[in-house]
Amino acid sequence: MARLARDLHPIAWWLWAIGLASYASQTTNPYLLLLLIGVAALVVSARRSDQPWARTFRLYVAAGVVIVVIRVGFRILLGGGFGGTVLFTLPQIPLPDWVLGITLLGPVTRESLLAGLYDGLRLAAIVIAVGAANALANPKRLLRSMPSALYEVGTAVVVAISVLPQLAESAQRVRRAQRLRAGETGRRGRLRRFVVPVLEDALERSLSLAAGMDTRGYGRAGTATPRERRVTGALMMLGLFGVCAGAYALLDQTFLGGPWHPAVAGMRLRINRGAVVIVVSVTVCVAGMAAAGRRVGRTVYRPDPWRWPETGVALVAVALGRVGSWVAQNQYAIAGPDLGLAPQISLTALIGILIGLLPAVIAPAPRLTDAAQPSEREPRTMQAAA
Amino acid sequence: MNLLELRGITVTLPERPRPVLAGVDLAIEEGELVVVSGPTGAGKSTLLGVISGLVPRFSGGTLAGDVLLEGTSIVHRPPRERAAEIGYVGQDPAAGFVTDTVEEELAYGMEQLGLPPATMRRRVEETLDLLGIAELRDRDLRSLSGGQQQRVAIGSVLTMHPRLLVLDEPTSALDPTAAEDVLATLTRLVHDLGVSVLLAEHRLERVVPFADRIALLTGDGGLRVGDPAEVLADSPVVPPLVELGRALGWDPLPLTVRDAKRRARALDLETVTPDAPRSSVATQPSSSAGRIETPTAALSVRKLAVARGSVTVLDRVSLALHAGSITALMGRNGAGKSTLLWTIQGSQKRAGGSITVDGSDPATLSAEQRRSHVGLLPQTASDLLYLETVGAECAAGGPRTRQILDRLVPGIPDDRHPRDLSEGQRLALALSLVLAADPPVLLLDEPTRGLDYAAKRSLAGILREQAATGRTVLVATHDVEFTAQVADAVIVLAEGEVVSDGPVRDVVAESPSFAPQVMKVVGTPWLVVDEIVAALAREPEPQP
Repeated sequence: MARLARDLHPIAWWLWAIGLASYASQTTNPYLLLLLIGVAALVVSARRSDQPWARTFRLYVAAGVVIVVIRVGFRILLGGGFGGTVLFTLPQIPLPDWVLGITLLGPVTRESLLAGLYDGLRLAAIVIAVGAANALANPKRLLRSMPSALYEVGTAVVVAISVLPQLAESAQRVRRAQRLRAGETGRRGRLRRFVVPVLEDALERSLSLAAGMDTRGYGRAGTATPRERRVTGALMMLGLFGVCAGAYALLDQTFLGGPWHPAVAGMRLRINRGAVVIVVSVTVCVAGMAAAGRRVGRTVYRPDPWRWPETGVALVAVALGRVGSWVAQNQYAIAGPDLGLAPQISLTALIGILIGLLPAVIAPAPRLTDAAQPSEREPRTMQAAA
Repeated sequence: MNLLELRGITVTLPERPRPVLAGVDLAIEEGELVVVSGPTGAGKSTLLGVISGLVPRFSGGTLAGDVLLEGTSIVHRPPRERAAEIGYVGQDPAAGFVTDTVEEELAYGMEQLGLPPATMRRRVEETLDLLGIAELRDRDLRSLSGGQQQRVAIGSVLTMHPRLLVLDEPTSALDPTAAEDVLATLTRLVHDLGVSVLLAEHRLERVVPFADRIALLTGDGGLRVGDPAEVLADSPVVPPLVELGRALGWDPLPLTVRDAKRRARALDLETVTPDAPRSSVATQPSSSAGRIETPTAALSVRKLAVARGSVTVLDRVSLALHAGSITALMGRNGAGKSTLLWTIQGSQKRAGGSITVDGSDPATLSAEQRRSHVGLLPQTASDLLYLETVGAECAAGGPRTRQILDRLVPGIPDDRHPRDLSEGQRLALALSLVLAADPPVLLLDEPTRGLDYAAKRSLAGILREQAATGRTVLVATHDVEFTAQVADAVIVLAEGEVVSDGPVRDVVAESPSFAPQVMKVVGTPWLVVDEIVAALAREPEPQP
């Protein structure tokens, strides 16, 4: 059965990547981590489009390699105190007394190298999972699927992204133009010759963009009354403040008085107050957004559909996260292998990772822009013939 | 009832002592195309801004008077609340794009209006077809040519189904063919959909044939509205066609080439020839085939090739320009004109070929030496300026700059900010900075953008003067009338190759899109009105 090529909903790809990352964050087993990276790479190569962002995956892989190298490098540089089998010994650099506890170089143990490698691999796998999402999901479409209450913020981000290449282009133009005339040659003079026209240009562009957006109806008042707008604003602010406070309470257990132990039906429960605050705040935020969204007189052109492939990919993401945490809790030796022994993998852990490959089959093939080009040329040649 | 009515509009912009518009009245009916014209700085953009709501919100200043849309006052509504009825397209369409693909840009305005998705989808498809841009639907907006961008910009306001379309110089950046396409699209909207169009334009020769009425800003804050023929009879800015009609005392004035041709049949031009044949030996460019390198060439380019990535921008371009000649470089948007200028100047790397200016290759020189070999006035001349006053710019530009500026455009005060100058004055300031190094070769990239007829005439005079002192001038331009006025020779580029190269009369005579209006009316070899007037004033002489 041939399915039509279309882009999967960006949020589905992000959920899948978060699933991979959450699995990776719960293990240091190098085999599992390498498998996760492999899964990410395979799915990306099977389902990425030919848009510019699809080519960024390589950069994330390179970043992963750099992370591993740096981690291992630091273990060699600073890992002198690590016990275990000594592989080789580097000349130790003596340090003054006040940096007590730190040794530079010295004996390098197998355990310290492996610890660096495992740690680095874990971070690299998380970074590569994020990279996979970036390569697969159109960043602009992701911003478009934001709740309509956040639409203004989303537009601002899109505009900021598109302004950067323009700024680079105008900087290049001004540099070339300034060489065509005589002028100050001192360091400050040169800087001024460059900065003033570039800033003037940027300012002018922003103004004409703002004018363009305004004349096309951006920021129309919609149907909300001032009172309704104040209520939604207050809800959003309260919610965001609550999320911040809750997150802080989660990290600092003494904030808000630590855990709460109410007795319910004779059982003593342990409830984290920070978590409670976060849940309540998020609910308030969602309520605020929904209230704002209902009153915004704006619609979305060709919104990305959410069909069964999206649901399938989301379920894969849930499965990845669940298996990851199950392995971490029940098969401790598999999730966090002993540095002195060869790491092993279990069938559950392996199958859990291979589930991550399913989106390569579930997701439809992406729309390619190259395929559109032959039909694009036809009318032109017809015009030329006429 | 009038669709839109301006009543007693008075606009005072900051730092201008006199109001730009003083008590202006204008009524626009349904389904008509009105052209706003007038000298530079007379307030064309301001008038359009009052209608779209951008003045005074984005420009500063004060506005008095009333704007009525079908009898309802909208003067206090911000632009976004007028968007559904009034579609506005600014001077640089690319600067106003919000999204990055054609389809999303077309839908953007409708999303703001909150139209149902099915309606949006239908209107996008209709608009793509109406403007003939269906094959561009997935394209990145920044990869489009100027004419395509302009059509997308028009489409992006059309999808909102506005009653009135307001366009600020929609063809100023376009080559003659693309400009005709855009204007044909606008005419179709007026005729088929009953949309009213109000557009400002400097190059009247392009728009007058399509205009139902002309609104002429007189420069002192007043506005005269009327039939094109009536208004143009004593307008300070007129296309060459009307100038010809006026000079020959035709009544009514011809507005289209067809009208004028019919009148010109009575003219007896067979026995006379143009007074000043613009093809002395010194300015005769060698023909493109079998080119012989003459030692007198001030600028010679041989087999030049330039590539950007894997794209060939220029391919085997050869030219030889002689000292004291003015050559116009023409061709489509994106044909490689700017690249050729920058390569001759030496900043653009080339893939092959040789360039010789004054005995040396500019690419091998330092920036300072380059300036004294080749002067280049870039497309955005304001990129050259960075100081607060004209005096400071001249001081930084070298001792001769002020002297040159005074010769080009006398009387610009020292304490003016360069941004407060008129387009023509700013261009002259940038030009004098370039000329301060006394280069034997002068290149200009699209210098006539935003200049009115008077400013173009004075620029033509400046260039003639420069050529008379022995400088070689090469001007890249879309403006066929300016070419007819100033050039000795024309080089046409297409897809990075030279497709024609020769004396101006020969090259433009062969091309329907590059022929000036006068030539379209009376045929070769006539280029400008002055030639005909001068020739007719002389007694017809027997030809040898």
